[in-house]
Amino acid sequence: MKFNREKLVERLLLVVALSAMAALALIAVFIFKEGVPFLLEVGPRQFLLSSDWRPQEGRFGVYPMIVASLWVTLGAMLIGAPLGVAGAIFLNEFVPRWVMRIIKPTIELLAGIPSVVFGFIGVVVLAPLIRAHLGGPGLSVLAGAVVLGIMVLPTVISISTDAISAVPNSYREGALALGATRWQAVHMVVLKAARSGIVASLILAMGRAVGETMAVIMVAGNAVKVPHSVLDSVRTLTANIALEMGYATGKHREALFATGVVLFVVVMILNSIATAAVRRRFGTKGTRK
Amino acid sequence: MRLPPKYTQMTAVAVLAGATLVTLAALFFIIVFVLHKGLPVVSWRFLFTNPQEMGRAGGIFPTLVGSVLLPLLGIAIAMPLGVGTAVYLTEYTRETKVTQVIRFGTDCLAGIPSIIFGLFGFIFFVVILRMGWSLLSGGLTLAIMILPTIIRTSEEAIRAVPYAYREVSFSLGATRWETVVKVVLPNALPGIVTGLMLGIGRCISETAAVIFTAGSSLRLPQSAFDSVRTMAVHFYILAREGLSNENAYGTAAVLILAVLLVNLTAYWLMHRFIARRTK
Repeated sequence: MKFNREKLVERLLLVVALSAMAALALIAVFIFKEGVPFLLEVGPRQFLLSSDWRPQEGRFGVYPMIVASLWVTLGAMLIGAPLGVAGAIFLNEFVPRWVMRIIKPTIELLAGIPSVVFGFIGVVVLAPLIRAHLGGPGLSVLAGAVVLGIMVLPTVISISTDAISAVPNSYREGALALGATRWQAVHMVVLKAARSGIVASLILAMGRAVGETMAVIMVAGNAVKVPHSVLDSVRTLTANIALEMGYATGKHREALFATGVVLFVVVMILNSIATAAVRRRFGTKGTRK
Repeated sequence: MRLPPKYTQMTAVAVLAGATLVTLAALFFIIVFVLHKGLPVVSWRFLFTNPQEMGRAGGIFPTLVGSVLLPLLGIAIAMPLGVGTAVYLTEYTRETKVTQVIRFGTDCLAGIPSIIFGLFGFIFFVVILRMGWSLLSGGLTLAIMILPTIIRTSEEAIRAVPYAYREVSFSLGATRWETVVKVVLPNALPGIVTGLMLGIGRCISETAAVIFTAGSSLRLPQSAFDSVRTMAVHFYILAREGLSNENAYGTAAVLILAVLLVNLTAYWLMHRFIARRTK
């Protein structure tokens, strides 16, 4: 009797444990089922490389959105990566432990600020500043990049800090014993040893920046055109989906799902690279913190 | 010409400290700014009266209810799945192909952008399963979204329970399942609750996945099949459509306080959990 119950529990738990995988499969299947036939019908070339997005007239080209997502994401990384990695190094190597024990959770706590709030601050504070001092409409690639750059900071700092503190202390001691200064030990030894973890944090942050929606809708301006300067208003892939999903029907809706397919593939590629980078460093522990 | 190491060290530390300060300043600025502008608007009346004219005037009561019900529903669905997965991974298997598949699924799910969850929830729950824009569609979508967080934190909490506890339980003749229920889970509880709180925090601040699945009705929901609007969605609509800056700030202030409170509770629990473990 007892034996049977144990077996039953084990089977049930296995089914439960497959739920995450099942959810992932469902998501992939339904996004692709809605988007891929459309993508093939229009032609991937046409869809990805045409700049003509007029859904009412049956013109579907997302090239401007791809360029916009690229610009905004790279911009965000240009801001977020140096600040975040510098913060992680500083907190790990140059302040007393107790300071880090306060500041790291504080920064992680701030990761909980809703993205809509970030976007709103971008609109009411940042955009007017850009408009006044640099010109253009204010709501722009630059505004989007700054807001996203700040948004990804907690991700970068939190994971980079873990990577840096995982470097054995003997490495530092070895370098210091050879007469290196603290900074020489950090950038010649510690950073080299923590490199793959830091890279993983940056790629994960990049995934977050590409996928961020609400903040970008609010600050990037949403104009469908290929940007020529960082002060131009742009619409990212995510914004394109969220802005038009509310009223889209038929082919138009399929086109938005096809946009989702593009986004899904890009994010999956980024995440796989990040996971691989972390696996190489920490063995099978993966991205688990 | 090379600077002496002593000076490069000083320069480097100055730059690093500057970057850290910029980070902290930016994040704190956001919170202080929103609370400064928003708190004067917040009152009992603001919290507990209905919005008027699409939110231009009046309070935020229905969205407050939405922001309580939706995350709770999401957690109620995700908790058994997440904790069950964690128990399976820690207590019932070694590392095998199956666990690799499970971990792969969890990692991938964690990286999917919320707008994709929104798209999926819309086409699957709202359209195909005919649940419409509803509490249920939103809750199910959020449950999938926070599942990886719950699996990871629960797994860590369970792994932190010393193996000796299990051995004692087994030696007393308990089966594996009895050991899990009576020994492992009670001891891992604070860690598990931490994960649940973090999940709730994410649900409260989520917008993209909610707006296409739970809708944005301002009426109080009567059943799980009614549409709800959460505070985050309400704030987004107020701010984006320029309905009322004042009420937008007020909503944002309540939203931020709610998320910070939930996350602080999570950290406090985790801290206590770790303190007890290392004793």
